[in-house]
Amino acid sequence: MISVLRNPIALGIGAILLLILVASTFAIVPETKQAVVVRFGEPQRILNRYQPNEPFGRSAGIAVRIPFMEQIVWIDKRIQSVEMDNQQVLSTDQLRLQVDAFARYRIVDPLRMYISARNEENVSTQLQPILGSALRNELGRRPFAALLSPERGQMMDNIQTALNRVARQYGAEIVDVRIKRADLPEGTPLESAYQRMRTARQQEARSIQAQGLKQAQIIRADADAEAANTYAGAFNQDPEFYDFYRAMQSYDLSFNNQQTGDTPRGRTSIILSPNNEYLRQFRGNR
Amino acid sequence: MKRIFGWGRRLGAVLSDNRGGPWGPGGGDDGGSGGGGDGGGPRNPWGPRRRKPGRPAGEVTSLDEFLKKSRDRFGGGFGGGFSTGGRPYWLYGLIAFIALWMLFTSVHRIGPQQRGVVTLFGRYASTLRPGIGFSFPYPVGSVAKLDVEEIRNVEIPTGRGENLILTGDQNVIDLKYSVRWNIKSPELYLFRIANPDATISEVAESAMRAAVARVSLDDAIGAGRADIEQRVAQSMQQLLDAYGAGVQIQGVAIRESVPPPAVNDAFLEVSAAQQQAQSYMNDARAYALQQTARSQGEAAAFEKVYAEYRAAPEVTRRRMYYETMERVLSRVDTTIVEAPGVTPYLALPEIQRRALPAPQTQGGPAR
Repeated sequence: MISVLRNPIALGIGAILLLILVASTFAIVPETKQAVVVRFGEPQRILNRYQPNEPFGRSAGIAVRIPFMEQIVWIDKRIQSVEMDNQQVLSTDQLRLQVDAFARYRIVDPLRMYISARNEENVSTQLQPILGSALRNELGRRPFAALLSPERGQMMDNIQTALNRVARQYGAEIVDVRIKRADLPEGTPLESAYQRMRTARQQEARSIQAQGLKQAQIIRADADAEAANTYAGAFNQDPEFYDFYRAMQSYDLSFNNQQTGDTPRGRTSIILSPNNEYLRQFRGNR
Repeated sequence: MKRIFGWGRRLGAVLSDNRGGPWGPGGGDDGGSGGGGDGGGPRNPWGPRRRKPGRPAGEVTSLDEFLKKSRDRFGGGFGGGFSTGGRPYWLYGLIAFIALWMLFTSVHRIGPQQRGVVTLFGRYASTLRPGIGFSFPYPVGSVAKLDVEEIRNVEIPTGRGENLILTGDQNVIDLKYSVRWNIKSPELYLFRIANPDATISEVAESAMRAAVARVSLDDAIGAGRADIEQRVAQSMQQLLDAYGAGVQIQGVAIRESVPPPAVNDAFLEVSAAQQQAQSYMNDARAYALQQTARSQGEAAAFEKVYAEYRAAPEVTRRRMYYETMERVLSRVDTTIVEAPGVTPYLALPEIQRRALPAPQTQGGPAR
């Protein structure tokens, strides 16, 4: 024994062997992982299994296994996501909707998951088409307007139930299913929606314009009425005098050869009869 | 650190003493630099062998010699030399290295905005508050420092593209917004959710679309925005709490909520129409003011004249009549026909120009 200790090469080799032995016996299980211990392909026990409402710091930590016989299969303990991109969904009223959705799940039964799917990617790929078909089934039973309405919550619950039924076979639990985007598909449906928006706006624009014209007319009419009222109030004091007064103003304005502005006025000639009132004094008789 | 270098240099010096050794000066130098590299004393004897595999077999005995020599030099060799009075430099180096290692990996300075999540062999142990915190050294314990005060920002959509969202009245708007969040619970944030950042943006998108689907187009691009922001923040918080994400949503801000570019012209038409309606009304108001002022002015003028007229009706009337006639007749061509039997010849130049000759015969004013 002493001679072994004195031999540095043997010591080094021994240390390396010991290290390998320790490394293959003890494993560190982090909080984010659960694990299935497999002995020659046969699952033995589960480490750090997900328990609802379990505080951290209980089951993670150092784990022991039989070296070289037992293998550890790591499985994520955290919530993961399956995404479904761009499914076209046809509503009952034959309208199309482009839907992106996601489901969140976690592995609650690592053993079943290991047996049925081997790893998490497989679970994801298995769940993906099922999410798509559950979504299409559920959304296809509703009219288009309902897809946008608050009762979407109920639909999501139905989809989650349907998806959970399948997920349980893979040892997974669906935490939540949500529609991420719901869009009108590119092309005709989107274009016709745009067209509808455009015409709605044009209609609004015209009605605003018409309202403006109407208001303007009312304002003018009000002003005219008020002016008429003012005139009447003043002129009505002596209609006979008004007639004279206004006639004077009118003559003054009408028989006017002077050019005003750039509108040429016709030349006016007046032929007076000597009997004219204006020439009364001209005739000299009283 | 200086001390470590010191050790290394001395170690190197010790080894490069070995110039007369089996590998000659060049080999000795190699050994020296190898030994001085990281203070890993024990590796030294094997180093050169790996470096020079093509060495003749006959020199194996020299290796034994060298080992013996260096065992003496290192104070009695690897096995029993720990307590002898020699100079086990490599041991000191190792101890210093371990001490420093322990110092650096077990004492943690946690900034005022940080929390440190301590795990012990992967198992959650505790969360360190700001200040100096202790844990077991690295492979046993480890500390993940997280900034819990920093407000992070998620922009949706990332980049410049449009983000079309259907509103409750089946219209489409282009909505850009950002979500501000920070870490509420560092251990949940670390251990509960795979890919928290992607989760937050997905949840944001989902919550935003659900909220916009409840309101009309006009609300979404106008008055309802604050309401939407609040509702989205609320439902995001609910969802993330349900996931146990350990995230606090600080707020949602709609940066831009506009009709899509394809229909923007029609929306501009509406605002143009509003402007136009406004201008119609402005014109009408101007006319109204004009009209009112004019009527008041004329009425006032009439009343003034009328007041004069009432004082002396006959004279005022005559005066006005003559004054007006004077003005009128001074401006126009006047012909006075004396005898009743004479027919005047009207050679008015207007006849050529006008379609209708318009001689005006004035029989005298109405009165």
